[in-house]
Amino acid sequence: MQTFVYERPATLAEAVALLDAHGPNARLLAGGTDLIIRLRDGSARPGVVIDVKRIAELHPAIREDDGIVTIGATAVVADIAASEPVRRHFEALADAAAVVGSVQIRNRATIGGNICNASPAADTAPSLLVYGAVVVAAGPKGTRRIPIDDFFVRSGVTTLGPSELVVAIEILVPARSTGAVHMRRTRRRGHDLASVTLCCSVDDTGVTRLAYGSVGPRPVLVTDETGVLADPDAPDEAKAAIFERMFAEASPSKRSMRAGPEYRLAMLRVLGNRAVRAAIGRLEAKGRVEA
Amino acid sequence: MSGMANTLPIEITVNGRRRALRVAVHHTLLDVLRDDLRLTGTKECCLVGECGACTVMVDGRIVDSCLMLAVEADGAEILTVEGLAENGRLSPLQQAFLDKGAVQCGFCTPGQLMASHALLEANPNPSLDDIQEGLAGNLCRCGCYVQITDAVLSVAEGGHR
Repeated sequence: MQTFVYERPATLAEAVALLDAHGPNARLLAGGTDLIIRLRDGSARPGVVIDVKRIAELHPAIREDDGIVTIGATAVVADIAASEPVRRHFEALADAAAVVGSVQIRNRATIGGNICNASPAADTAPSLLVYGAVVVAAGPKGTRRIPIDDFFVRSGVTTLGPSELVVAIEILVPARSTGAVHMRRTRRRGHDLASVTLCCSVDDTGVTRLAYGSVGPRPVLVTDETGVLADPDAPDEAKAAIFERMFAEASPSKRSMRAGPEYRLAMLRVLGNRAVRAAIGRLEAKGRVEA
Repeated sequence: MSGMANTLPIEITVNGRRRALRVAVHHTLLDVLRDDLRLTGTKECCLVGECGACTVMVDGRIVDSCLMLAVEADGAEILTVEGLAENGRLSPLQQAFLDKGAVQCGFCTPGQLMASHALLEANPNPSLDDIQEGLAGNLCRCGCYVQITDAVLSVAEGGHR
């Protein structure tokens, strides 16, 4: 590994100043589960590495205030999977956080790193899209809030400015009763990136939201407001037609070694069907608890 | 920098012993444990966070020490496989690995022990599923998975903890 200057700012202002001063020569270090690999293989050669884990404002306390759950950027996915407010309100995000890598990876990998790395296979991305999460970013001009659907561009590229960093993720607790689930296909549990990821939510008005990843340059969010997918009695042909429209943006790479495009597209439909059924099951279970 | 490694002072507690060190900022915790502290029980293997041979506990959680810079561990408490035995006696978990034949070539064993140790600390009575999930980040080239699982189960059932 090539050496670099290691910076460990204690405040957000210091971190922004460092980013502003060093520009593209700086890389942010959160959990390191992606960056350290790239530093070692030479695909990233920053002059300055800015470790954001001791910035007070990014402290990983997951909290719920006034119907908004806020997750600090450096919250590790193990803590998100175990978080009481996340499990209660955003079960699909808890599902997704629980299947990132292995225990060792989950103890280091952060939600901020997962979204900023912007891998099309990022496990937390589909559920954050389905729940309409908002990315809180800080930069030289202050703080701004970016809807997560406007955040991802393509692998490794987001709409963050060059001197901006992610402070937190905010998710509004759904006003309507909602059941949601995250599913993935992978070659080996505990190690591999996902070949297909998919998150589905169904609410009590019959609106179905699907987000899927690892089948194109960025994860995609689509919505069905016809109520057909959410209707357990709707005919399969009607559902299949809606899935075709929803999966139209899937364009898996032919060059990926994890899975071929035909497999990924086929599995997208399998996961779509399974996830809709599971989400309806969770919605119904909530109805029973509330009734 | 004229070829000179950029270094920083850190303080870490390793297996209960406080250590003040000056480390190269681009060296991983694995590098420092093995090369600076000569604690070679922790193994270097895949270097991409897939095999788990370099697993150690940092502040009570297992991590792949190949994916963590030593400077990131500044102030942390670290437990390595060398810290499992007490007063020259193997821990019940280590003894179970021997008794159940969970060690063939032995290269993955330190990482398997650390992951098992962490699992049992969090969940003293794990199910087979819990063990498979807890050890999913540790590969064994020799394929001793059944024996490793047996060893962890025997300690859980044996009530040593």
